[in-house]
Formats: sequence, structure tokens, C-alpha cells
Amino acid sequence: MNDEQRTQPDDVPHQQSETRPEHGEGPVQPCQWPVAAVAGGGAAPPPAVFRELRERFPDLPLTEQTTADGIPTAWIPREQTAQVLRYLGREAAEPFAMLYDLGGVDERERLHREGMPDAAFSVFYHLVSYSRNADVRLKVALPEERPEVDSVAGIWPAAGWYERELWDMFGVGVAGHPQLKRLLNPPWWDGHPLRKEHPSRGTEYGPFEMSEDVFDEMQEQLRFKPEEWGLPRTEDDPTLMYLNIGPQHGATHGPFRVVVGLRDEEIVHLVPDIGYHHRGSEKMAERQSWHTYIPYTDRVDYLGGVTNNLPYVLSVEKLCGIEVPERAQLVRILLCEAFRIASHLVFYGTFAQDIGALSPVFYMFEDRERLFDDVIEPITGGRMHPNWFRIGGLAEDLPTGWKQPVLDYLDYLPARLDEYDRLVMDNRIMKARTVGVSAITVDEAVAWGLTGPMLRAAGLPWDWRKQRPYSHYDWFEFDVPVGTTGDAYDRAAVHVEEMRQSLRIMRQVVEAMPDGPYKAFHPLTTPPAKEPHTMHDIESLITHFLGVTWGPVVPPGEACIYTEGTKGQYSYYTISDGATSPYRVKIRTASFPHLQVLPKLCTGYEIADLVTVLGSIDFVMADVDK
Amino acid sequence: MAWYWQLLIVLGVLIAALTIAAGLIWYERRLLSLVQDRYGPNRVGPAGLLQVLADTVKIIFKEDWVPPFADRRVFVVAPSLVLITALLSFMVVPVAEGWVVIDLDIGLLFILAMSSLAVYSVVLAGWSSRSKYSLVGGLRAAAQMVSYEVFMGLSLIGVVALAGSFDLGDIVEAQEGLWYVVPQFVGFVVFLVAGLAETRRIPFDLTEAESELVAGYHTEYSGMKFGLFLVGEYVAITLFSALIATLFFGGWLGPWLPGVVWFLIKTFIFITLFILIRGTFPRPRYDQLMALGWKAMLPLSLLNLLITGAIVVARAG
Repeated sequence: MNDEQRTQPDDVPHQQSETRPEHGEGPVQPCQWPVAAVAGGGAAPPPAVFRELRERFPDLPLTEQTTADGIPTAWIPREQTAQVLRYLGREAAEPFAMLYDLGGVDERERLHREGMPDAAFSVFYHLVSYSRNADVRLKVALPEERPEVDSVAGIWPAAGWYERELWDMFGVGVAGHPQLKRLLNPPWWDGHPLRKEHPSRGTEYGPFEMSEDVFDEMQEQLRFKPEEWGLPRTEDDPTLMYLNIGPQHGATHGPFRVVVGLRDEEIVHLVPDIGYHHRGSEKMAERQSWHTYIPYTDRVDYLGGVTNNLPYVLSVEKLCGIEVPERAQLVRILLCEAFRIASHLVFYGTFAQDIGALSPVFYMFEDRERLFDDVIEPITGGRMHPNWFRIGGLAEDLPTGWKQPVLDYLDYLPARLDEYDRLVMDNRIMKARTVGVSAITVDEAVAWGLTGPMLRAAGLPWDWRKQRPYSHYDWFEFDVPVGTTGDAYDRAAVHVEEMRQSLRIMRQVVEAMPDGPYKAFHPLTTPPAKEPHTMHDIESLITHFLGVTWGPVVPPGEACIYTEGTKGQYSYYTISDGATSPYRVKIRTASFPHLQVLPKLCTGYEIADLVTVLGSIDFVMADVDK
Repeated sequence: MAWYWQLLIVLGVLIAALTIAAGLIWYERRLLSLVQDRYGPNRVGPAGLLQVLADTVKIIFKEDWVPPFADRRVFVVAPSLVLITALLSFMVVPVAEGWVVIDLDIGLLFILAMSSLAVYSVVLAGWSSRSKYSLVGGLRAAAQMVSYEVFMGLSLIGVVALAGSFDLGDIVEAQEGLWYVVPQFVGFVVFLVAGLAETRRIPFDLTEAESELVAGYHTEYSGMKFGLFLVGEYVAITLFSALIATLFFGGWLGPWLPGVVWFLIKTFIFITLFILIRGTFPRPRYDQLMALGWKAMLPLSLLNLLITGAIVVARAG
């Protein structure tokens, strides 16, 4: 099967067609495969940011690449990377202050590389500018032997972990990185997993053995050695105590390890260690078909359910040029907002519990249970991981009688939220524990790549649902709650208010829900109808057969669509090489940078504040480790 | 008093204190569950009452394990201290008129002394475990209990001044006309807060602080040694509830019902209060706890002492 998946779509019957199927036409549209070259942007004028770069660096060889998502994308030579990125990130007027994503691609097996420079590996830098509401993706081509880029951690502190991940996953060196160690894989790991030659399932290895020696060596490598992190040893500084917290600890919300250097109870050093929840979600994408990867996305932010499906299916739809019917889009919003509430309720309860309040978590789980029972389960049939969105629409239509339970829940929750305000947010001990703890400014938050409630709590009213509406979010009225100081209290307060706004959106969606198909009648997502096509026409029959056996063959291209997930900004940077499975999927999750900033947030505070901060960040380890 | 009567009281108080403490495990779990929209243990026996028995059997049959890195002797002794001191304090608490194990003139001082000794249990447990979490928990316990003891003692001086005695029986009898909660309301509040801190209950459970320190000073304990800490905590809750009832709410005094019933009713009301507080409050930070103690509670109890003293002197004068 694996070999078959690798075959190229040239075997697939192509039919040239100029007309894109439009929604509402019903299942009688002819079966067509879109032309590969059509998918992706047209011939637009060069983006402003590239004009700016050419003015600033007249000799810069800038190889532009057209991508399906329309994000300005260009290849720059490796030698000038640091210079160009420094200009964009720091020196430019209205700089690209956020390093949104950074990752690698193994280009060696990629067939459709028209117009791109030769490369064995490439590294992409995805930058976002809030002041311009614009983004840019710069790529660097690297050779097979000793690939290396320069560190950009000096420009964006957020780059630290992304560069370690790059080294870990691709073996791409990062010159000038202070601690270039493995991040997600254990230090003894052999090979770089996201390289194409690395095995992707256990049966590709020999039988598993672990001798006593290896076991002891692995244990020894887990021992915290401060000198490896540039920290003083306790022998040299007797007033210092290193305390290992995790990976199994009640406050870490999953397998997360953090080593704190304490002086009395004050945190003077803090070293987070992640990777204990790493499951290789990105590697798995490369061997799943486009559709069968959707359930894996559910489990990335496992509290977010379908909100994880959305950025993935949006990207694939963009690659395929699928227009999703209105009804499907609104159901998506409805479910996403329901899951936002479910996720925030977990946040709210565990936040209170981390500060020592025992009871609230039970109330909030009760509310979440109702949401699952009354809204999510009747519609999707699933609870936490419903695997409900499909490329081009939804798995099924809304069930009969879905409306009243949703409206009942919308009436039920606000009173409960008001009560929790009195119990939790107005509590004086709660305020004493959270107000002023680990405050962060907007500039710092942006530089560290914080998004979602973390960014809004710092004071920037930025919500992708407002700024770049997707799935018709612009049809609905809602406010974007912001904090002022970005401290733990503000972060919690923003979460709480977002639940109210989600309820508002849900009510409007319920009222506005149009009739119509729940999925697009696009040949890449819906098999041709049996009558009058499949049963009479051999081409349709072949297409039908391929569609249900292989799944769709997505045209070559690249797309990355942002969504405002439960915890921040999410995207699946999806690269198709015209095959039945993705060539590369880079998952950008919100929790990853949110946890990276922990040393900055906690240093100078007490050990009890570490727990407060962890509670206020709203991270999920599966979301961090992927 | 006949020796058998004396023996009966000793055994009665001992068994009653231990039974109530064990029953509290059930009571607290069920009551907290009610607060938290759930059922709690309701399977073993009627209303889950035999859960305590099941838990006791389980905990007794667990392996009696001492971590290899711990200081063995101290590690073993520490848990028994907390229970012993709490039980000894019960000696001087009058359950009803004349129902007291030993009628000490300095009853209240004896209780304060025992309460001070109880600190050793926690500190030694944290110290001898040789684990960092235990150590931090033990250090917090030392600081917290020593500081809260200061104004716990001070808050009671007002009562002593009004009653003119350290004997708990005399103090109860002096409340015949008016319970001391009225003239000594400030003392009552301070004592209640100090009692929470001394028993290491939420909101003052910083020594355990499960979200930070795993289980604080008793992280390394298991089996019956852990059980002793648990029972010790419940005996201490019972003790402080009994003390509040005795010192501020007239002990066994009350119309119609026998004295011992009144005493038990009042004690249970405060036990319930302790549990409801646990179901409601978050936990302050360590430095905030200290600030509350030294900057609010201490001045408050000193002021209370000053005013009470002035009134007592003026009356006598």
C-alpha cells in the first residue's frame, strides 16, 4: 500500500476543465479532476514585502514561489538569511515582529519542484507582522552534506525551540544556537525522524531489545546536569537547589518536565524539558491518505476536538480549490465554538485547582459534560475526538432536533459563568495569587510568538476570526476581550470572557443556519453520484473507484491557513506533491511557544507561582510535543 | 473519683476521639462530594459508611516501606508524634461537666505545648525523608506553624483573662451567662484562622500543597505511616473544633439536652465548617500566608488583648 501511495497522479485520469464546481449545484456536476497548475494563485504582481526587500538589498537573488494560500513566498540564499531576516524582524518599518513558524522540509523525494532552487533540504521562516496584518514565508535551500542555517534566536527569542526541533527532526545544524540539543526526541535517539529515509513505523525496525546497559545509560541521560545548560552546579553555589518537577507531576498538566533552580523558594533558573508526549504527528501525516489523517489532528490539541480539524481541512481545501457550502461552514463554526467553550472550561477548572481551590473543577467538568452530552455528541457522535470535519465539508448533516438542545445549553451556561465569577475570579485569595504574577508586555509576547488568549491578555486585541475571517466568521458579531498587563489573572479573565463571546457566536450561528448541502460536490472530496454517472460511464467509475480506494490525489502545492484555535493560532502548513498523502505537514500549535516562554514568565517568582503560571498558560502537552 | 470511672473516661475519650477521626474521613469525603456535585464513596456498607473500614484494612496491609535514602529511625518516629500530641491534648478537654480525663489547672497551656510539639512531627518527617519536596514542605511547616502558634496563644489570653483561669472546665463554667464568642469575637476569628493553619488545612495546606509539592512533607510516606498522618490530621481537626466549642461557645452548656450532646453538636458544627472551608477556598502563597500572620493576625490579637485587659482591669478596679 505504501508503494502504491507513492505513485504519482500521472496515472490518474485528468480531464481538463475550466469551470470550478460551485456549491449548490447538487450532485449532478460532471466528474473532473482539477488541473494541477490551476490550483494555487494566479499571476499577481509581486507582493509589497518583496519589492521592499529588493529595494533594501539590490543584489539579493530572490526566487519567488507561488503558493495556493497566497502568502508571499520566496527562496533566499543561505548566506544572506540572517541579514534579510534581521531586516524584516527588526529594522524594517512595521517589522515582522513575530516568528510564526520555522521548520524544515526534506526536499529530496519531492517531484514537483518547478521554479524552486535545487535543494536537499529546505528551511522555511514564516513571519507575521501585526502592524501590517501581513505575512511572508522565506525559504532557504540547503545541500545534503552538512546542511546548516544561522540561528535567528537573536532576532526572535521564539526561534530557540523551533531551531532545536529543526536539528532534532532534520539534522539541520543551526550555527550560533546556544543549546542545540534534541528537543522532542530523547538524547539517545538515532537519526532524524522527519528525514524521508527514517523509518515511520515499528515494523521497519528489527525486534526491540533493551539491555541493562542501555537502560542504565538512558536513565543516566535523564539526570539533570546544570552545566549542560550553562547553569552553576550546586557544588559551586551551595545556596542553590535544583528541584526536578515532572514528567509525572500534578501541576504539569501532562507529561512535562521542568527543572527549577531555587534559592529559598524563589525561582532563579528554570529549564523546561518537553518531548514526553511526542507521537510523531507530522511523520504520520506522510503515510496517511489525505482523509485518514483527519483523526490524528483531533488528538493534537486533545481538548480542542474539531478545532484541530479545521486548519488542516482548510489548507487541503485551499490546495484543491474546493468551495465549501455555507451550511457546512456554519456547522464548523458552531462546533468550533462549542469546543472552544469545552476547552476553556477545562482551563478554568484546572486553573482554579492549581491555585488550590478544590471544587470549581468539578462544576466546570459538569458543564463540559452537558456540552458533550447535549450538543457535541448528538451532532458528531463523538466526544473529545469526533473526527467530524471532512475535506470539503462534514461527515454528516446535522441531525433532526439538533437546535433545541443547543439553545438550551446557551441559556444554561451564562448563569453558571456568573456564579464562577463570584467563586473564582472575584475571590480575594485568587486575586492575590494571580494579579501581577508573570506579567508580559505586548512586544515581548509578540517576540516570543505568543498568540490567542496569551497575546490578548497582554493587551493586543488580535483575533484571527476578526482580522482574517475564515468560514464566515465575519458574518457574526462578537467582541475580542483583552487584558491590560498580561498577568495570570488577565489570562484567565480573557478565557472566561471568550466563553461568553463563543456563546454569542453560537446563538447567531444557530439562528443563521441555512439549508443546503453539508459537503462540497467536488470530485476530490465527494465520489461521483451513482446515477447518472458512475453506473453508466467508465471514466466516472474509475474516478469513483480511485476516490474511495486511494482517497483524493491533491494537486501539488503548498498552503497554510490560520485559525484561531482554543489556545491560540493554529495552522497546518501542508505541502502536496501530487500524491495520495501529504508530502509534508508542519503543524504549528499554540502551546509550543506558550511553554517556551516559561523561563521568562517565572524567573524571579516563587515556586507556587510556577504552578499559577502553568495553570494560566492553558497548554496541552500533546499540543506542545505533537 | 473511683478508678474504674476514671478508666472509663480515659477509654471513652480515646475511643471516641479515634472513632470520630476515622468517621471524619467518611464525613469529609461525603460532604465535599455534596459540595462538588458528586456522590463520593457510597458503595461499601450503608451510605458508604464501611468505606472507612475498607480503607483502614487496606492501609494496614500495605507494605511497611521506608525509602532507602531516608533517615530510618526519625522517619518511623515522626508520624506517631502527630497523633500522640493530638490525642494527649484531648486529656484536658471537658466533654461534659466533670467528664474530663485529667482536670489540669494549666489545661490551656498544656494544649498549646502539645500543639508546639506537633510541629516536630511535620518538620522531622520532611527532614528525614531526604527528598526535596518533603524538605520544602517541612520547612514551610516549621515557619507556618511556629508563626501561627504565636498569635494562637495570644488570641486565647483574652478568654483566660475573662475567665481568670487556664482550666478548661472553669472557662466553660464562666460562660454560663454569655458565651465568650461575643466579648471575644476577635479572639475567636484569630483562633479559627490559627486552627486552620495549625491543622494544615486548606487554605493553609501549604505544607502539602499537592499542586506544587506533590504531597509536601509526607511525599515519601505510604501505608500505615501515612495513615497516621491522616488520622493525626483528623484528630487535630476534631480537637480544634472541640476547643472552639469549649472556649468560645460554652462547651457542654445548653438547655434541655445533656451536656455531652451539646458538646458534640457544637464540635460537629465546627468540623463541618472546616470541611466547607476546604471545599471553597483557594490556597494563598507562602509569603502571603506569612504576611497575613504577622501583619494582620498578630496586631489584631494584640489589640484584642489590650482592650480585654483594660476592661478586666477597669472592672476589677
